[in-house]
Amino acid sequence: MQYTGTQIKELEAKAKQIRRFIIQMLAKAGSGHPGGSLSATDLITVLYFGNILRHNPKNTDWPDRDRFHMSKGHCCPLWYAVLAESGYFPVDQLWTLRQLGSLLQGHPDRRTPGIDVASGSLGQGISVGVGMSLAAKIDQKDYRIYVLIGDGETQEGNIWEAAMAASHYKCDNLCGILDYNGFQIDGRVKDIMNVEPVIGKWQAFGWHVIEIDGHNIGEILSAYQEAKTVKGKPSIIIAHTIKGKGVSFMENVVDFHGRAPTKEEAEKALKELE
Amino acid sequence: MAEMLYQRDIYGQTLVELGRKNPKIVVLDADLSGSTRTALFAKEFPERFFNFGVAEQNMMATAAGLASCHKVVFASTFAVFATGRAWDQVRNSIGYNNFDIKIVASHAGLTVGPDGSSHQALEDITLMRVIPNIKIIVPCDGPQTHDAVIAAASTEGPFYIRLGRPKVATIENKGEFKLGQAQVLTTGEDITIVACGIMVQAAIEAAKNLLTRGIKAGVINIHTIRPLDTDAILKHARRSRGLVVCEEHTVIGGLASSINEVVAENCPTKVVRVGIKNRFGQSGEPADLLKEYNLTSADIEKAALGIIA
Repeated sequence: MQYTGTQIKELEAKAKQIRRFIIQMLAKAGSGHPGGSLSATDLITVLYFGNILRHNPKNTDWPDRDRFHMSKGHCCPLWYAVLAESGYFPVDQLWTLRQLGSLLQGHPDRRTPGIDVASGSLGQGISVGVGMSLAAKIDQKDYRIYVLIGDGETQEGNIWEAAMAASHYKCDNLCGILDYNGFQIDGRVKDIMNVEPVIGKWQAFGWHVIEIDGHNIGEILSAYQEAKTVKGKPSIIIAHTIKGKGVSFMENVVDFHGRAPTKEEAEKALKELE
Repeated sequence: MAEMLYQRDIYGQTLVELGRKNPKIVVLDADLSGSTRTALFAKEFPERFFNFGVAEQNMMATAAGLASCHKVVFASTFAVFATGRAWDQVRNSIGYNNFDIKIVASHAGLTVGPDGSSHQALEDITLMRVIPNIKIIVPCDGPQTHDAVIAAASTEGPFYIRLGRPKVATIENKGEFKLGQAQVLTTGEDITIVACGIMVQAAIEAAKNLLTRGIKAGVINIHTIRPLDTDAILKHARRSRGLVVCEEHTVIGGLASSINEVVAENCPTKVVRVGIKNRFGQSGEPADLLKEYNLTSADIEKAALGIIA
Protein backbone atom coordinates (compact mmCIF):
# COMPACT_ATOMS: atom_id res chain seq x y z
CA MET A 1 0.00 0.00 0.00
CA GLN A 2 1.27 3.45 -0.91
CA TYR A 3 0.85 6.41 1.38
CA THR A 4 0.55 9.99 0.25
CA GLY A 5 2.78 12.76 1.46
CA THR A 6 -0.23 14.35 3.10
CA GLN A 7 -1.01 11.24 5.12
CA ILE A 8 2.57 11.04 6.32
CA LYS A 9 2.61 14.74 7.21
CA GLU A 10 -0.61 14.32 9.19
CA LEU A 11 0.87 11.44 11.14
CA GLU A 12 4.02 13.43 11.83
CA ALA A 13 1.89 16.25 13.18
CA LYS A 14 -0.08 13.80 15.29
CA ALA A 15 3.13 12.33 16.71
CA LYS A 16 4.27 15.82 17.65
CA GLN A 17 1.00 16.39 19.48
CA ILE A 18 1.42 13.07 21.33
CA ARG A 19 4.96 14.06 22.34
CA ARG A 20 3.62 17.36 23.67
CA PHE A 21 1.07 15.50 25.78
CA ILE A 22 3.80 13.20 27.13
CA ILE A 23 5.96 16.15 28.21
CA GLN A 24 3.00 17.99 29.75
CA MET A 25 1.74 14.91 31.61
CA LEU A 26 5.11 14.02 33.04
CA ALA A 27 5.92 17.58 34.08
CA LYS A 28 2.57 17.79 35.86
CA ALA A 29 2.99 14.36 37.48
CA GLY A 30 6.55 15.13 38.56
CA SER A 31 7.70 11.57 37.91
CA GLY A 32 7.60 8.98 35.16
CA HIS A 33 9.50 7.80 32.10
CA PRO A 34 9.93 10.23 29.18
CA GLY A 35 12.82 8.58 27.29
CA GLY A 36 11.10 5.38 26.19
CA SER A 37 7.74 7.09 25.75
CA LEU A 38 9.27 9.48 23.22
CA SER A 39 11.30 6.81 21.42
CA ALA A 40 8.18 4.72 20.73
CA THR A 41 5.87 7.64 19.92
CA ASP A 42 6.05 7.37 16.15
CA LEU A 43 5.50 3.59 16.23
CA ILE A 44 2.38 3.79 18.37
CA THR A 45 1.01 6.95 16.79
CA VAL A 46 1.08 5.24 13.39
CA LEU A 47 -0.54 2.13 14.88
CA TYR A 48 -3.51 4.06 16.30
CA PHE A 49 -3.89 6.85 13.74
CA GLY A 50 -2.48 5.31 10.54
CA ASN A 51 -5.45 3.00 9.94
CA ILE A 52 -3.52 0.01 11.21
CA LEU A 53 -5.24 -0.84 14.49
CA ARG A 54 -8.90 -1.83 14.11
CA HIS A 55 -10.54 -0.35 17.17
CA ASN A 56 -13.49 1.65 18.40
CA PRO A 57 -13.00 3.97 21.36
CA LYS A 58 -16.77 3.90 21.99
CA ASN A 59 -16.85 0.09 22.22
CA THR A 60 -13.81 -0.97 24.22
CA ASP A 61 -14.94 -4.61 24.53
CA TRP A 62 -15.73 -5.06 20.81
CA PRO A 63 -14.83 -8.75 20.32
CA ASP A 64 -13.40 -8.18 16.82
CA ARG A 65 -11.11 -5.31 17.76
CA ASP A 66 -7.39 -5.57 17.24
CA ARG A 67 -5.48 -5.66 20.53
CA PHE A 68 -2.57 -3.49 21.52
CA HIS A 69 -0.58 -4.30 24.65
CA MET A 70 2.30 -2.25 26.03
CA SER A 71 4.62 -4.73 27.67
CA LYS A 72 7.15 -2.00 28.50
CA GLY A 73 4.56 -0.56 30.83
CA HIS A 74 6.65 2.30 32.16
CA CYS A 75 6.09 4.07 28.82
CA CYS A 76 2.36 4.35 29.50
CA PRO A 77 2.34 8.16 29.20
CA LEU A 78 2.61 7.46 25.47
CA TRP A 79 -0.26 4.99 25.61
CA TYR A 80 -2.43 7.35 27.67
CA ALA A 81 -1.79 10.22 25.26
CA VAL A 82 -2.72 8.06 22.27
CA LEU A 83 -5.86 6.75 23.99
CA ALA A 84 -7.00 10.24 24.98
CA GLU A 85 -6.34 11.58 21.49
CA SER A 86 -8.34 8.64 20.09
CA GLY A 87 -11.29 9.52 22.32
CA TYR A 88 -11.18 6.71 24.91
CA PHE A 89 -11.39 9.33 27.67
CA PRO A 90 -11.20 13.13 27.86
CA VAL A 91 -7.80 14.73 27.38
CA ASP A 92 -8.26 16.45 30.76
CA GLN A 93 -7.70 13.09 32.43
CA LEU A 94 -4.08 13.18 31.27
CA TRP A 95 -3.29 15.78 33.90
CA THR A 96 -4.21 13.33 36.68
CA LEU A 97 -1.41 10.89 35.78
CA ARG A 98 0.01 9.12 38.85
CA GLN A 99 -2.34 10.87 41.28
CA LEU A 100 -4.29 9.02 43.95
CA GLY A 101 -7.54 7.71 42.48
CA SER A 102 -6.57 8.52 38.90
CA LEU A 103 -7.67 6.45 35.91
CA LEU A 104 -4.07 6.77 34.82
CA GLN A 105 -1.84 4.71 37.09
CA GLY A 106 1.94 4.90 37.05
CA HIS A 107 1.93 1.69 35.02
CA PRO A 108 -0.85 0.38 32.75
CA ASP A 109 -3.98 -0.83 34.47
CA ARG A 110 -7.36 -2.20 33.41
CA ARG A 111 -9.20 0.71 35.00
CA THR A 112 -8.12 2.82 32.02
CA PRO A 113 -10.54 2.64 29.06
CA GLY A 114 -8.74 0.98 26.16
CA ILE A 115 -6.39 -1.11 28.29
CA ASP A 116 -7.16 -4.84 28.44
CA VAL A 117 -4.31 -6.15 30.57
CA ALA A 118 -2.09 -4.47 33.15
CA SER A 119 1.66 -4.39 32.76
CA GLY A 120 4.68 -2.97 34.50
CA SER A 121 6.57 -6.05 35.60
CA LEU A 122 8.65 -6.52 32.46
CA GLY A 123 8.81 -9.54 30.21
CA GLN A 124 5.19 -10.71 30.30
CA GLY A 125 3.65 -8.89 27.34
CA ILE A 126 4.56 -11.27 24.53
CA SER A 127 2.94 -14.02 26.61
CA VAL A 128 -0.18 -11.88 26.96
CA GLY A 129 -0.14 -11.42 23.19
CA VAL A 130 0.19 -15.18 22.67
CA GLY A 131 -2.89 -15.68 24.87
CA MET A 132 -4.87 -13.17 22.80
CA SER A 133 -3.62 -14.83 19.64
CA LEU A 134 -4.71 -18.30 20.77
CA ALA A 135 -8.12 -16.92 21.78
CA ALA A 136 -8.55 -15.50 18.27
CA LYS A 137 -7.66 -18.85 16.75
CA ILE A 138 -10.13 -20.73 18.99
CA ASP A 139 -12.87 -18.24 18.10
CA GLN A 140 -11.83 -18.12 14.44
CA LYS A 141 -11.60 -14.36 14.57
CA ASP A 142 -9.35 -12.32 12.33
CA TYR A 143 -8.25 -9.64 14.77
CA ARG A 144 -4.56 -8.89 15.14
CA ILE A 145 -2.46 -8.38 18.24
CA TYR A 146 0.31 -5.83 18.61
CA VAL A 147 2.73 -5.89 21.55
CA LEU A 148 5.32 -3.19 22.24
CA ILE A 149 8.44 -4.35 24.08
CA GLY A 150 11.66 -2.62 25.04
CA ASP A 151 15.19 -3.66 24.18
CA GLY A 152 16.30 -3.86 27.80
CA GLU A 153 13.13 -5.83 28.47
CA THR A 154 14.35 -8.64 26.23
CA GLN A 155 16.83 -9.49 28.99
CA GLU A 156 13.86 -11.08 30.78
CA GLY A 157 13.70 -14.85 30.28
CA ASN A 158 9.91 -14.79 30.01
CA ILE A 159 10.24 -12.92 26.69
CA TRP A 160 12.03 -15.89 25.14
CA GLU A 161 9.66 -18.45 26.63
CA ALA A 162 6.89 -16.50 24.94
CA ALA A 163 8.84 -16.05 21.70
CA MET A 164 9.23 -19.83 21.53
CA ALA A 165 5.52 -20.40 22.19
CA ALA A 166 4.38 -17.80 19.62
CA SER A 167 6.39 -19.56 16.97
CA HIS A 168 5.36 -23.05 18.12
CA TYR A 169 1.68 -22.13 17.90
CA LYS A 170 2.18 -20.25 14.61
CA CYS A 171 0.78 -17.00 15.99
CA ASP A 172 0.74 -15.14 12.68
CA ASN A 173 -1.86 -12.74 14.05
CA LEU A 174 0.74 -11.49 16.52
CA CYS A 175 3.07 -8.60 15.72
CA GLY A 176 5.78 -7.62 18.17
CA ILE A 177 7.24 -4.12 18.09
CA LEU A 178 10.71 -3.78 19.56
CA ASP A 179 11.60 -0.22 20.51
CA TYR A 180 15.34 -0.57 20.04
CA ASN A 181 16.57 2.69 21.56
CA GLY A 182 19.75 1.20 22.98
CA PHE A 183 19.31 2.43 26.54
CA GLN A 184 18.03 1.06 29.80
CA ILE A 185 17.84 2.63 33.22
CA ASP A 186 21.43 1.81 34.23
CA GLY A 187 23.02 2.81 30.93
CA ARG A 188 23.57 1.56 27.40
CA VAL A 189 22.01 -1.84 26.76
CA LYS A 190 25.23 -3.10 25.17
CA ASP A 191 27.15 -2.22 28.35
CA ILE A 192 24.62 -3.45 30.90
CA MET A 193 23.65 -6.74 29.23
CA ASN A 194 24.15 -7.01 25.53
CA VAL A 195 21.08 -8.27 23.68
CA GLU A 196 22.77 -8.59 20.26
CA PRO A 197 22.45 -10.21 17.82
CA VAL A 198 18.84 -9.06 18.04
CA ILE A 199 17.74 -9.96 14.54
CA GLY A 200 19.42 -13.36 14.65
CA LYS A 201 17.79 -14.16 17.98
CA TRP A 202 14.24 -13.47 16.79
CA GLN A 203 14.84 -15.27 13.52
CA ALA A 204 16.25 -18.25 15.39
CA PHE A 205 13.09 -18.31 17.50
CA GLY A 206 11.06 -18.59 14.31
CA TRP A 207 9.83 -15.02 13.87
CA HIS A 208 9.58 -12.99 10.69
CA VAL A 209 11.78 -9.96 11.31
CA ILE A 210 11.20 -6.51 9.79
CA GLU A 211 13.96 -3.99 10.51
CA ILE A 212 13.11 -0.31 10.20
CA ASP A 213 13.92 3.22 11.26
CA GLY A 214 11.38 3.64 14.05
CA HIS A 215 10.99 7.36 13.36
CA ASN A 216 10.29 7.08 9.63
CA ILE A 217 6.50 7.16 9.28
CA GLY A 218 6.54 5.58 5.83
CA GLU A 219 8.73 2.70 6.98
CA ILE A 220 6.53 2.15 10.04
CA LEU A 221 3.38 2.02 7.91
CA SER A 222 4.98 -0.42 5.47
CA ALA A 223 6.24 -2.63 8.30
CA TYR A 224 2.76 -3.01 9.79
CA GLN A 225 1.40 -3.85 6.33
CA GLU A 226 4.14 -6.39 5.68
CA ALA A 227 3.49 -8.08 9.04
CA LYS A 228 -0.17 -8.56 8.08
CA THR A 229 0.83 -10.59 5.04
CA VAL A 230 3.07 -13.04 6.91
CA LYS A 231 1.47 -16.46 7.39
CA GLY A 232 2.44 -19.31 9.69
CA LYS A 233 4.72 -17.35 11.99
CA PRO A 234 4.66 -14.27 14.21
CA SER A 235 6.31 -11.05 13.05
CA ILE A 236 8.44 -8.58 14.92
CA ILE A 237 9.29 -5.07 13.86
CA ILE A 238 12.77 -4.22 15.07
CA ALA A 239 12.56 -0.45 15.17
CA HIS A 240 15.77 1.49 15.59
CA THR A 241 14.85 4.51 17.66
CA ILE A 242 16.36 7.33 19.64
CA LYS A 243 15.62 7.48 23.33
CA GLY A 244 13.99 10.84 24.14
CA LYS A 245 13.33 11.46 20.42
CA GLY A 246 12.02 14.93 19.59
CA VAL A 247 13.50 16.82 22.51
CA SER A 248 17.15 17.68 21.84
CA PHE A 249 18.35 17.65 25.42
CA MET A 250 16.62 14.35 26.17
CA GLU A 251 17.88 12.45 23.15
CA ASN A 252 20.20 9.61 24.12
CA VAL A 253 20.43 10.94 27.68
CA VAL A 254 20.03 8.02 30.05
CA ASP A 255 18.96 10.28 32.91
CA PHE A 256 15.65 10.82 31.13
CA HIS A 257 14.81 7.11 31.16
CA GLY A 258 13.02 7.54 34.43
CA ARG A 259 13.07 11.24 35.34
CA ALA A 260 10.28 13.66 34.56
CA PRO A 261 11.22 17.07 33.12
CA THR A 262 11.18 20.04 35.48
CA LYS A 263 8.82 22.92 34.71
CA GLU A 264 11.63 24.78 32.93
CA GLU A 265 12.73 21.71 31.00
CA ALA A 266 9.14 21.06 29.97
CA GLU A 267 8.74 24.60 28.65
CA LYS A 268 11.93 24.25 26.67
CA ALA A 269 10.84 20.87 25.33
CA LEU A 270 7.41 22.16 24.30
CA LYS A 271 9.06 25.00 22.36
CA GLU A 272 11.02 22.41 20.40
CA LEU A 273 7.78 20.52 19.73
CA GLU A 274 5.82 23.50 18.39
CA MET B 1 -12.86 -49.34 53.90
CA ALA B 2 -13.14 -45.87 52.46
CA GLU B 3 -12.84 -45.32 48.75
CA MET B 4 -9.35 -44.19 47.72
CA LEU B 5 -9.08 -41.71 44.84
CA TYR B 6 -6.51 -39.58 43.14
CA GLN B 7 -7.65 -35.95 43.34
CA ARG B 8 -5.86 -35.44 40.01
CA ASP B 9 -8.00 -38.07 38.32
CA ILE B 10 -11.10 -36.30 39.52
CA TYR B 11 -9.68 -32.98 38.32
CA GLY B 12 -9.05 -34.28 34.80
CA GLN B 13 -12.48 -35.89 34.61
CA THR B 14 -14.16 -32.74 35.87
CA LEU B 15 -12.36 -30.67 33.24
CA VAL B 16 -13.78 -32.91 30.53
CA GLU B 17 -17.24 -32.54 32.06
CA LEU B 18 -16.83 -28.75 32.10
CA GLY B 19 -15.39 -28.70 28.59
CA ARG B 20 -18.49 -30.40 27.23
CA LYS B 21 -20.79 -27.83 28.82
CA ASN B 22 -18.80 -24.66 28.38
CA PRO B 23 -16.96 -23.83 25.14
CA LYS B 24 -15.17 -20.97 26.91
CA ILE B 25 -13.08 -23.39 28.99
CA VAL B 26 -9.43 -23.46 27.90
CA VAL B 27 -6.80 -25.61 29.64
CA LEU B 28 -3.06 -24.97 29.87
CA ASP B 29 -0.24 -27.10 31.19
CA ALA B 30 3.54 -26.94 31.39
CA ASP B 31 4.78 -30.40 30.42
CA LEU B 32 3.04 -32.19 33.27
CA SER B 33 -0.30 -32.94 31.66
CA GLY B 34 0.06 -36.65 32.37
CA SER B 35 0.67 -36.01 36.06
CA THR B 36 -1.90 -33.26 36.53
CA ARG B 37 -4.38 -35.21 34.34
CA THR B 38 -5.12 -32.23 32.10
CA ALA B 39 -4.19 -34.75 29.38
CA LEU B 40 -7.74 -36.07 29.71
CA PHE B 41 -9.06 -32.68 28.56
CA ALA B 42 -6.37 -32.43 25.87
CA LYS B 43 -7.51 -35.73 24.36
CA GLU B 44 -11.14 -34.66 24.21
CA PHE B 45 -10.65 -30.99 23.26
CA PRO B 46 -7.26 -30.62 21.53
CA GLU B 47 -8.23 -27.24 20.06
CA ARG B 48 -8.75 -25.81 23.56
CA PHE B 49 -5.66 -27.27 25.21
CA PHE B 50 -2.20 -25.72 25.05
CA ASN B 51 1.01 -27.20 26.38
CA PHE B 52 3.73 -24.63 27.05
CA GLY B 53 6.54 -27.00 27.74
CA VAL B 54 8.75 -26.35 30.76
CA ALA B 55 7.88 -22.64 30.93
CA GLU B 56 5.51 -21.90 33.79
CA GLN B 57 5.99 -18.12 33.72
CA ASN B 58 4.93 -17.96 30.09
CA MET B 59 1.96 -20.21 30.80
CA MET B 60 0.64 -17.93 33.55
CA ALA B 61 1.06 -14.70 31.57
CA THR B 62 -0.47 -16.33 28.49
CA ALA B 63 -3.44 -17.32 30.64
CA ALA B 64 -3.96 -13.59 31.23
CA GLY B 65 -4.08 -12.90 27.49
CA LEU B 66 -6.66 -15.65 27.00
CA ALA B 67 -8.74 -14.45 29.94
CA SER B 68 -8.73 -10.90 28.56
CA CYS B 69 -10.60 -12.40 25.59
CA HIS B 70 -13.22 -13.89 27.94
CA LYS B 71 -11.91 -17.42 28.11
CA VAL B 72 -12.24 -19.33 31.38
CA VAL B 73 -8.70 -20.59 31.80
CA PHE B 74 -7.47 -23.55 33.85
CA ALA B 75 -3.68 -23.58 34.23
CA SER B 76 -2.00 -26.58 35.80
CA THR B 77 1.41 -27.78 36.84
CA PHE B 78 2.97 -28.87 40.12
CA ALA B 79 2.18 -26.58 43.04
CA VAL B 80 5.80 -25.65 43.64
CA PHE B 81 6.18 -24.28 40.10
CA ALA B 82 2.71 -22.77 39.76
CA THR B 83 3.09 -20.65 42.86
CA GLY B 84 6.85 -20.23 43.23
CA ARG B 85 8.43 -20.21 39.80
CA ALA B 86 5.65 -18.11 38.27
CA TRP B 87 4.73 -16.00 41.31
CA ASP B 88 5.31 -12.62 39.68
CA GLN B 89 3.21 -13.59 36.66
CA VAL B 90 0.47 -14.85 38.98
CA ARG B 91 0.62 -11.63 41.00
CA ASN B 92 0.75 -9.10 38.20
CA SER B 93 -0.91 -10.79 35.24
CA ILE B 94 -3.54 -12.88 37.05
CA GLY B 95 -4.26 -11.53 40.55
CA TYR B 96 -3.96 -7.83 39.80
CA ASN B 97 -6.05 -8.10 36.63
CA ASN B 98 -8.61 -10.15 38.59
CA PHE B 99 -8.92 -12.46 35.60
CA ASP B 100 -11.06 -15.56 35.33
CA ILE B 101 -8.13 -17.95 35.68
CA LYS B 102 -8.12 -21.08 37.80
CA ILE B 103 -4.70 -22.32 38.84
CA VAL B 104 -5.14 -25.95 39.76
CA ALA B 105 -1.87 -27.36 41.03
CA SER B 106 -1.09 -30.92 41.94
CA HIS B 107 1.75 -32.53 43.91
CA ALA B 108 1.44 -30.11 46.81
CA GLY B 109 2.90 -30.89 50.20
CA LEU B 110 5.27 -33.47 51.62
CA THR B 111 3.32 -36.41 50.21
CA VAL B 112 4.97 -35.88 46.84
CA GLY B 113 7.34 -38.30 48.57
CA PRO B 114 10.58 -39.59 47.03
CA ASP B 115 11.11 -36.62 44.67
CA GLY B 116 12.07 -34.63 47.74
CA SER B 117 12.33 -31.00 48.66
CA SER B 118 12.58 -29.31 45.26
CA HIS B 119 9.19 -30.75 44.33
CA GLN B 120 7.40 -30.45 47.67
CA ALA B 121 5.41 -27.21 47.82
CA LEU B 122 5.17 -26.39 51.50
CA GLU B 123 4.53 -22.66 51.11
CA ASP B 124 2.15 -22.45 48.15
CA ILE B 125 -0.91 -21.45 50.19
CA THR B 126 1.07 -18.60 51.73
CA LEU B 127 2.32 -17.42 48.35
CA MET B 128 -1.22 -17.30 46.97
CA ARG B 129 -2.77 -15.84 50.12
CA VAL B 130 -0.64 -12.71 49.98
CA ILE B 131 -2.02 -11.87 46.53
CA PRO B 132 -5.40 -10.09 46.71
CA ASN B 133 -8.37 -11.41 44.67
CA ILE B 134 -7.27 -15.04 44.50
CA LYS B 135 -9.68 -17.48 46.16
CA ILE B 136 -7.99 -20.54 47.64
CA ILE B 137 -9.43 -24.04 47.97
CA VAL B 138 -7.73 -27.08 49.47
CA PRO B 139 -10.07 -30.03 48.83
CA CYS B 140 -9.81 -32.87 51.33
CA ASP B 141 -10.57 -35.76 48.98
CA GLY B 142 -11.62 -36.84 45.49
CA PRO B 143 -15.29 -35.87 45.51
CA GLN B 144 -14.48 -32.51 47.08
CA THR B 145 -12.00 -31.90 44.26
CA HIS B 146 -14.88 -32.21 41.84
CA ASP B 147 -16.98 -29.76 43.86
CA ALA B 148 -14.10 -27.30 44.13
CA VAL B 149 -13.36 -27.31 40.41
CA ILE B 150 -17.04 -26.86 39.55
CA ALA B 151 -17.33 -24.01 42.05
CA ALA B 152 -14.23 -22.30 40.62
CA ALA B 153 -15.52 -22.63 37.05
CA SER B 154 -18.83 -21.05 37.96
CA THR B 155 -17.40 -18.24 40.09
CA GLU B 156 -15.77 -15.41 38.19
CA GLY B 157 -12.23 -14.46 39.17
CA PRO B 158 -8.91 -16.09 39.96
CA PHE B 159 -8.64 -19.27 42.03
CA TYR B 160 -5.89 -21.44 43.43
CA ILE B 161 -6.85 -25.07 44.01
CA ARG B 162 -4.32 -27.27 45.79
CA LEU B 163 -4.21 -30.99 45.04
CA GLY B 164 -1.92 -33.77 46.23
CA ARG B 165 -0.09 -36.56 44.48
CA PRO B 166 -1.21 -39.79 46.25
CA LYS B 167 -4.63 -41.35 46.51
CA VAL B 168 -6.69 -40.07 49.40
CA ALA B 169 -9.53 -41.66 51.33
CA THR B 170 -12.97 -40.25 50.64
CA ILE B 171 -14.47 -38.70 53.73
CA GLU B 172 -18.10 -39.65 54.21
CA ASN B 173 -20.96 -37.43 55.35
CA LYS B 174 -19.28 -34.09 54.82
CA GLY B 175 -22.48 -32.45 53.71
CA GLU B 176 -22.79 -30.12 50.77
CA PHE B 177 -19.77 -28.20 49.50
CA LYS B 178 -20.27 -24.47 49.54
CA LEU B 179 -17.45 -22.14 48.60
CA GLY B 180 -16.26 -20.29 51.69
CA GLN B 181 -18.31 -22.38 54.10
CA ALA B 182 -16.60 -24.57 56.68
CA GLN B 183 -17.78 -28.15 57.09
CA VAL B 184 -18.29 -29.37 60.65
CA LEU B 185 -17.50 -33.07 60.48
CA THR B 186 -17.78 -34.00 64.14
CA THR B 187 -19.10 -31.98 67.00
CA GLY B 188 -17.45 -31.74 70.39
CA GLU B 189 -16.92 -28.76 72.61
CA ASP B 190 -13.82 -29.64 74.57
CA ILE B 191 -11.47 -28.85 71.76
CA THR B 192 -11.73 -27.90 68.07
CA ILE B 193 -9.53 -29.42 65.41
CA VAL B 194 -9.37 -27.33 62.26
CA ALA B 195 -7.84 -28.93 59.17
CA CYS B 196 -7.54 -28.80 55.40
CA GLY B 197 -6.50 -31.24 52.68
CA ILE B 198 -5.17 -34.63 53.73
CA MET B 199 -5.02 -33.48 57.35
CA VAL B 200 -8.81 -33.69 57.59
CA GLN B 201 -8.64 -37.49 57.65
CA ALA B 202 -5.94 -37.36 60.33
CA ALA B 203 -8.07 -34.93 62.33
CA ILE B 204 -11.06 -37.28 62.24
CA GLU B 205 -8.90 -40.16 63.51
CA ALA B 206 -7.47 -37.97 66.24
CA ALA B 207 -10.97 -36.97 67.34
CA LYS B 208 -11.99 -40.65 67.56
CA ASN B 209 -8.98 -41.47 69.71
CA LEU B 210 -9.54 -38.46 71.93
CA LEU B 211 -13.10 -39.64 72.52
CA THR B 212 -11.76 -42.89 74.03
CA ARG B 213 -10.09 -40.67 76.61
CA GLY B 214 -13.36 -38.89 77.22
CA ILE B 215 -12.39 -35.77 75.30
CA LYS B 216 -14.96 -34.46 72.83
CA ALA B 217 -13.29 -32.86 69.85
CA GLY B 218 -15.04 -31.03 67.06
CA VAL B 219 -13.49 -31.36 63.61
CA ILE B 220 -13.87 -28.62 61.02
CA ASN B 221 -12.81 -28.91 57.39
CA ILE B 222 -11.72 -25.52 56.13
CA HIS B 223 -11.63 -26.39 52.43
CA THR B 224 -11.79 -22.73 51.44
CA ILE B 225 -8.91 -20.73 52.88
CA ARG B 226 -10.09 -17.60 51.12
CA PRO B 227 -12.77 -16.41 51.62
CA LEU B 228 -12.38 -17.80 55.14
CA ASP B 229 -15.46 -18.81 57.11
CA THR B 230 -14.64 -16.56 60.05
CA ASP B 231 -18.07 -17.02 61.66
CA ALA B 232 -17.61 -20.78 61.97
CA ILE B 233 -14.10 -20.36 63.32
CA LEU B 234 -15.10 -17.81 65.92
CA LYS B 235 -18.14 -19.83 66.99
CA HIS B 236 -15.95 -22.84 67.72
CA ALA B 237 -13.15 -20.78 69.21
CA ARG B 238 -15.62 -19.28 71.67
CA ARG B 239 -17.18 -22.51 72.83
CA SER B 240 -14.17 -24.84 73.02
CA ARG B 241 -11.00 -24.62 75.10
CA GLY B 242 -8.71 -24.12 72.17
CA LEU B 243 -7.93 -24.89 68.55
CA VAL B 244 -5.55 -27.33 66.91
CA VAL B 245 -4.91 -26.25 63.33
CA CYS B 246 -3.56 -28.90 60.95
CA GLU B 247 -2.11 -28.47 57.47
CA GLU B 248 0.38 -30.28 55.24
CA HIS B 249 2.10 -26.95 54.72
CA THR B 250 4.32 -24.51 56.54
CA VAL B 251 2.76 -23.04 59.67
CA ILE B 252 3.82 -19.64 58.33
CA GLY B 253 1.18 -17.88 56.29
CA GLY B 254 -1.22 -20.71 55.49
CA LEU B 255 -4.26 -22.11 57.28
CA ALA B 256 -2.81 -21.72 60.79
CA SER B 257 -1.90 -18.10 60.17
CA SER B 258 -5.35 -17.42 58.72
CA ILE B 259 -7.01 -18.86 61.82
CA ASN B 260 -4.63 -17.09 64.19
CA GLU B 261 -5.31 -13.73 62.58
CA VAL B 262 -9.06 -14.11 63.02
CA VAL B 263 -8.89 -15.49 66.55
CA ALA B 264 -6.28 -13.04 67.82
CA GLU B 265 -8.35 -10.07 66.68
CA ASN B 266 -11.73 -11.32 67.88
CA CYS B 267 -11.46 -13.83 70.70
CA PRO B 268 -7.92 -14.72 71.73
CA THR B 269 -7.66 -18.38 72.68
CA LYS B 270 -5.06 -21.10 72.68
CA VAL B 271 -4.08 -22.22 69.17
CA VAL B 272 -1.61 -25.04 68.53
CA ARG B 273 -0.29 -25.49 65.01
CA VAL B 274 0.30 -28.91 63.50
CA GLY B 275 2.20 -28.17 60.33
CA ILE B 276 5.70 -27.88 58.95
CA LYS B 277 7.87 -25.84 61.28
CA ASN B 278 10.16 -23.78 59.10
CA ARG B 279 11.87 -26.75 57.44
CA PHE B 280 12.37 -27.90 53.88
CA GLY B 281 11.04 -31.30 52.88
CA GLN B 282 13.10 -34.33 51.87
CA SER B 283 12.82 -37.67 50.09
CA GLY B 284 10.89 -40.50 51.66
CA GLU B 285 7.64 -42.41 51.49
CA PRO B 286 4.64 -40.19 52.24
CA ALA B 287 3.69 -42.01 55.45
CA ASP B 288 7.27 -41.82 56.76
CA LEU B 289 7.48 -38.14 55.90
CA LEU B 290 4.23 -37.35 57.70
CA LYS B 291 5.70 -39.04 60.81
CA GLU B 292 9.05 -37.29 60.49
CA TYR B 293 7.36 -33.88 60.23
CA ASN B 294 4.84 -34.58 63.03
CA LEU B 295 1.76 -34.52 60.84
CA THR B 296 0.01 -37.69 62.05
CA SER B 297 -3.20 -38.16 63.99
CA ALA B 298 -1.04 -38.95 67.04
CA ASP B 299 0.56 -35.51 66.70
CA ILE B 300 -2.87 -33.90 66.58
CA GLU B 301 -3.95 -35.80 69.68
CA LYS B 302 -0.84 -34.70 71.50
CA ALA B 303 -1.50 -31.08 70.56
CA ALA B 304 -5.09 -31.36 71.75
CA LEU B 305 -4.08 -32.92 75.05
CA GLY B 306 -1.57 -30.12 75.53
CA ILE B 307 -4.38 -27.58 75.40
CA ILE B 308 -6.71 -29.57 77.69
CA ALA B 309 -4.01 -30.23 80.31
